[in-house]
Parts: sequence; C-alpha cells; structure tokens
Amino acid sequence: MKLTLKIWRQASREAKGRIESLETPEISSHMSFLEMLDVVNESLERAGKEPVAFDHDCREGICGTCSLMINGQAHGPWAGTTACQLHMREFKDGDVIVIEPWRARAFPVLRDLIVDRSAFDRVLQAGGYVSVNTSSPQDANAMPIRRADAEAAMDAAACIGCGACVASCKNASAMLFVSAKVSQYAHLPQGQPERMRRVRAMVEAMDAEGFGSCTNLYECEAACPKEIKITNIALMNRDWRRSLCEEEL
Amino acid sequence: MQLDAKIPAGPIEKKWDTRSFENKLVNPANRRKYHVLVVGSGLAGGAAAASLGELGYRVSVFCYQDSTRRAHSIAAQGGINAAKNYMGDGDSIHRLFYDTVKGGDYRAREANVYRLAQVSNAIIDQCVAQGVPFARDYGGLLDNRSFGGAQVSRTFYARGQTGQQLLLGAYSALMRQVGAGTVKQYTRTEMLDLIVIDGRARGIVTRDMVTGQVQCVLADAVVLATGGYGNVFFLSTNAMGCNATAIFRAWKRGAGFANPCFTQIHPTCIPVAGDYQSKLTLMSESLRNDGRIWVPKAVGDKRAPGSIPEEERDYYLERRYPAFGNLVPRDVASRAAKQVCDEQRGVGEFGLGVYLDFEDSIKRLGRKIIEERYGNLFQMYEKITGEDPYTVPMRIFPAVHYTMGGLWVDYNLESTIPGLFVAGEANFSDHGANRLGASALMQGLADGYYVIPPSIGHYLGTVRSLPAADETHPACRDAERAVTERIGQLLSIQGRRTVDDFHKALGRIMWDKCGMGRTEAGLTQALEEIPRLRADFWKDVRVPGSAPSLNQSLEKAGRVADFLEHGELMVRDALERRESCGGHFREESQTEEGEALRDDVNFAHAAVWEWKGEGQSPALHKEELAFEHCLPSQRSYK
Repeated sequence: MKLTLKIWRQASREAKGRIESLETPEISSHMSFLEMLDVVNESLERAGKEPVAFDHDCREGICGTCSLMINGQAHGPWAGTTACQLHMREFKDGDVIVIEPWRARAFPVLRDLIVDRSAFDRVLQAGGYVSVNTSSPQDANAMPIRRADAEAAMDAAACIGCGACVASCKNASAMLFVSAKVSQYAHLPQGQPERMRRVRAMVEAMDAEGFGSCTNLYECEAACPKEIKITNIALMNRDWRRSLCEEEL
Repeated sequence: MQLDAKIPAGPIEKKWDTRSFENKLVNPANRRKYHVLVVGSGLAGGAAAASLGELGYRVSVFCYQDSTRRAHSIAAQGGINAAKNYMGDGDSIHRLFYDTVKGGDYRAREANVYRLAQVSNAIIDQCVAQGVPFARDYGGLLDNRSFGGAQVSRTFYARGQTGQQLLLGAYSALMRQVGAGTVKQYTRTEMLDLIVIDGRARGIVTRDMVTGQVQCVLADAVVLATGGYGNVFFLSTNAMGCNATAIFRAWKRGAGFANPCFTQIHPTCIPVAGDYQSKLTLMSESLRNDGRIWVPKAVGDKRAPGSIPEEERDYYLERRYPAFGNLVPRDVASRAAKQVCDEQRGVGEFGLGVYLDFEDSIKRLGRKIIEERYGNLFQMYEKITGEDPYTVPMRIFPAVHYTMGGLWVDYNLESTIPGLFVAGEANFSDHGANRLGASALMQGLADGYYVIPPSIGHYLGTVRSLPAADETHPACRDAERAVTERIGQLLSIQGRRTVDDFHKALGRIMWDKCGMGRTEAGLTQALEEIPRLRADFWKDVRVPGSAPSLNQSLEKAGRVADFLEHGELMVRDALERRESCGGHFREESQTEEGEALRDDVNFAHAAVWEWKGEGQSPALHKEELAFEHCLPSQRSYK
C-alpha cells in the first residue's frame, strides 16, 4: 500500500513548526507503524533530505518512549496499544495519516515529533517513592500482603510514563499518571507512612509543572496503552483531601 | 595488561564478608567531596547511582533516553532469581551458585558467582521494601516460578513485567535522590569517550543529544553500566538505542575486553517477518513452563498445526532432554531449534520457526490460569503477528538477546583502568558462556545495590585525594577534540548509503558467521568482510543534518561506526576460542550427539583483549579460571 502522511515538522524547540505532506514508498501491512516511519526516513535520507525525528526505543510497548498522536489519537486507533505495537494492517492503500507530537504546555516540542517529558520525572522526585535506603531490610515474606492489594498495586504500577494521558486530555492533565503512582503505594503497606505527604507533594509538583486539572472526561483512560483506570484519580482525590486535614506531613 | 582478579582469601562462603571488612570506608562527612559518574540508568546504573547518592556521594547519572526510567532493563519480562527457598524445594545459596556456574558452562569466576547468589536474597527484600508489587499467593506471600536450567522454583516475578517493576523501583530510589540533590541526572546525553588522567579514569566526554554540545565531565570515579552489545547484529531483542560505544571507547582507553564472542541467542522470540524488520521481540522464557515446543516429524510438512496429529509431532526437547524437557538452558534450546530448522522441519512462511503450544496446558489448567500467568505476553504476540496464541500455537525462533562478554573486571568490579568500574551486562563477570533466565536482573541489581557502592568507597578511601583536574587538562582537550572531529568527519562524508544500510550489512555478516553456529572458515571470512565494510562506511556513508542539533542519524552513525570495529573483535575472539561452550558453538567442537564440546585443558580461561592502537591487532591475555567447588563436567540436561 501507499499512504500520504501529514507530519509535524519543527527544527528545534524555538522554531515554528508546520505540517508537511509526504508520500510513502510501498508499505507492507505486516510492518509496525514505526517500521513504516523507518522506511519513510530511509527514503528521505536517500533523497538527501532530513528524516523525521521521533522518539522510540524498546519497540515492545514497555519503555514508554514512543509518543505519537496518530489521526488525533494518542498512540493511534488500537486500544491498549503503544504506537510501536500498532501495525499497518490497520490501514489501507491511499489512507491519509496525520502524525503529530504530544501537545501540552508541560511537554515542549524539541524537534518534529519529539517532546520533552522531564516534567514527569520532576513530579516523581517530589514523592513518587518509598523512603528506604539500600540496606538489608526485613525478610520479604515477613509482611504478607493480601493478594488483591498486591494485584491492585500492580495494576497501577503498570504505567509506562509515556504521557498519552496528558496528550489526549483537552486540559493536558497529568492526573492519570500521577494517580497511578499514588495508588500503587496507597495499596501497599510499604506506602502507608508517607501516604499523605506523598499525595500532597506530588499534586503540588504536578500543578507547578503546568499540567491542567481533571474534568472527568475519561479520555486519558481510553488513550492509555496500559489501560490504567480512572478510579486511581478518584483514590488520589480522596487521599489529597484527607491530606489537607493532616497537620503534620 | 595485568589481570589481578583480587579475589579475597579464605573459604568461598566467607570471601564477600572478608572483602566487606577489608574495604576502606569514607567518612560520611567526606563523601560529599567525591564526585562519581554513573553512565547508564538501568538496573545496575540506576541502583548504583541511587545507592551512592543515599550514602552521600555527589553523583551524576547519564542516559541516552529521555528519562532514566526507560533503560532497556525495563523490557525484561520473566523474573529475577533468588535463593530464598520459599518454595521449600531444596534451593540454597550453594545451589543457585552451582546452577549459575554450570549454566554458564564453567566459564565464569566462582568467587563472583558465589557472591551473586549470596546477595540475591537481599535484593528481593530491598525491592519489596521499595514497594515493588511482586506476584503473591492467596496467603499474601511471594510466589515463585521455575526457569530454564534449574530444577527448583526460585524466580520472583511481577506478571510479565518484572524488569519494568524492578527498574521503576530503582528509578524511584533515584528520583528520591535527585529530589534530595545528591544525584544530578543528564538525560538525552551520550558518553562518547572516557577521560584517563595519570592512568586513572577521571571523567567522560558527553554529547547533549538535543543541542549537540560536546563537553567533558570530570569526577573521582566512573561507573559504566551501559548494557550489552547485542545490537551489533542489527536485529536483536535490545532496544533500538542500545549500543556499545561507552564500553568500546573505554576499551580503546585501556580497559580489557573479556570474552566478546559470548553472545546469548534466546530461544523464544517472534520470528523475522521481512527485511524491513527493525527489531525482534522476545517472548519470556517463562512460557516454556507451560508451553510445549514441537515441529512436524516429517520434512516439509506444511499442514496447519491443528491438523497435524499428535503422533506426527516431534516434541524434540522433551525427546532429547527428558530430565529438563522444555526447560533446558537457553543455549541448548536455541541450538536444538536451529537443528530442526536446518533439517527443513521449521514452520512458518520462511521455515525459520518452531511451535510453542499451550493446548495441553489450557486443557489441564483452564484458559483463565494461562491468561493470568501470561496474558500480557499473549496479547503482545497477537498484536505483532495477528494470530491468537490461545487457539493457534505460537511460532518462535531464536534471536540475539544478551551478551555475556563485556569489560573485564576484578572481584570489586573495577576494570583494568583504576577508577573505572563496570556493572551489569556491560561487564563480563557472572554468566560465563551462557546466562540462565532471570539472572540478568539479579546481577544488575546485585552489582548496583550491593557491590558498586562499597567498591567505590574502597577505591576513594584508598586514593584519598586525586590531583585536581579541570576541562583545560590536555587529556580532556584531546578527548573532546577527537570526539568533535569524528562527528565532523561523519557528517562530511556525504556518500550514497544510509547508516542503517551498513548496520544491516554488518548484522548479516555477524548472524551468518558469528551467530548460533561458528566455523573456522566462516569466521576467517568475516575477518576479511568486516574491515572491508568498515572502509566502505568511512567512504560512502551519508549522514544528513548538522552537529549542533537533535540529529538521530548522527547518533546512529557514531554507534554503528563503533559496532563495525567491535564486531571484528567478537569474530577474532570466536576464532581464537577453538572449543564450544555455552552460547559459543564452534561446529568443529561437538559431541557425537551434537552437543557443545568444551576443551577445559586449553580454554578454561577468560579471554581478555587489549587495544594496541589503530591498525594493530589487539593483544590477547588470559585469566585462568579455577574450579574448586563446581567441578567442570560435560553439561547434561538429559
């Protein structure tokens, strides 16, 4: 098949960007979406042009690096799938595909489809951890954890930090991302001592980075490639309110 | 080149305690005076940087990804080994040690492996304390599963995302230290050279991958935790950005490179589908717990798997290795798959695949249990292939996955350059000629959490204060100039072929001649082909764009330029090692039954290569390996 790509091109953070139209060489339906971009880039390089810059690394849907807005959907049309796992059998000959970077004030574009997501790191620095130094803690089985709690923690911990939740939200809210981390620790005994302090600090950091607020549109849940649940946001809101009642954090 | 392994005296059970006591310490108030660089932020680098920060050192951590959370450790699926014996099935530190040395085909250093087994238990404790959500049973205790090369269940796991959860644990500890100001992180930053001053590692040359700025960063010690070099094959299960540049540059600055030919080919990957393919995807080895591997008995049987009756299927691993069955170590499983495909019994479009079939397990356990155990893996397989593994057997084929070779290190993980430490897959230490499943995560975290911090303390406590040096030092200026010139050279060639074109050509040579089967003739030929390809590269590569900008083609070009030299070193090592061991299968050296035949008289050593300068052949040194506790025998999994 052959496709028309309408791709965001932007030379640098400061430069003005624009949508550029590109005709692809022959594309196989077995290719992954990123392999299609590889083929396009090879043809651009052969023609002496600069390839399209896009973030990608593991190509297994786990590192969270790839970050493409495909036809207006974060990671494209497949549910529970990162862009790198999307395959070209979804498309047909002659299709026009619009590819843009994540759009959010907190994620400035660095070049073409690559954005700066370091705001996520900074939110986690504010409290996304259990304060334990490397040492010889108690035996791992000394504290049994109810299986359902461990599973709930794991459901939240599956977040890959890609930023699709932010990109898909009209408010550019990071609440699904932040709440997933808050919720992982909230479900585990190890997370209890710092629970209130953590939620307060992370919410403050999230606001300081310029992410918007949640207005319950559920776009983030629909776009999340790891299908992180919106109920995490409810838990975070509850915990955050409780934290306001705690005098000493 | 001196190879002193610095193994502590005394019985093997006491060596690590002995070393811990012998190690010099740095007073807490003095630690902030020392600056340590950690390159790479995976399990080894992330854990080391966080732990050093907790101790109070000033730490800078570097990674090429946009966040320290994305290092490729994150993609490890199956699990992490530890000798907890929670299952009560006869495990012990000694057994984990024994299995690892044997699994490595007696080419690892016993003392290191024993320590690895010893600290394995503390790793699990530490990770649980951090809030890593390992799988648990209904009693709330940690669950274990079994992995290849072991007859006990000692593998801890977090669904099929164990690497992710362990890495996020280390990353959370790292973020805590970044927040506390002890660790500074430099993301989207590549190390392009090592700075050696007066014979000691004192810093690195970096390139900011957004602005293109090249600069020197100086410190008191350097830790490389930059992973393996599997991407020399172009197609591997490594992430696209994984590269050998940091360790290869360190080699050119005087660090010994040990056993570069030891490559692990993982048996359970999704087969190659076409020449546009950019990488290979692994299906966790844990699948072999419940999946049965088979091919048709008859040559050229192209029927759909469901219409091949039971008696016409060859469950070749169960047939050849009744004791271990589908759970033989990776090298054995990969070679067996290659053999049946060589016999024209492979499945799939290109005949390069074997079935991994869950039909019996689904009948025995029910679909729900299989879904719980492997749901995300099955889903991933379906997304890539468009086939449903619950109803049609998976097709799998071996792929390059891990490199056991790496920079030579002593017991303290220090390379032959004082002050340069190497951790995780980047070093050569613990896995010998073949790594067992779920041992990479164990080694990465053992090195990062428990071995690097006291070793760094001992080094700094011994050297006390190093002569002051800044960016104007001739060693810095020279290194920085060399890096800048090389970037300029890559951009100025403006030839006709793309970087990927050369990378694919190198990958084909490596896979054909230095892959699953290696011969004297093939390796000799590769030694002619690689230099020719390299010469073409420097004449005819085309790198678009400019230096002071985000330029992904330029990044790739530098890495491939290094692979083009590193590949040659691998071939040279493979040629020199005239025996089969672990993942290194020299076709000239096999038993009558086609199993790998070691030569302990001539090759019970680590082969350590020393760079001798451009145009010179590297020099080979040997660290002889003594086996006092695990007596080498022909590995048998029958």
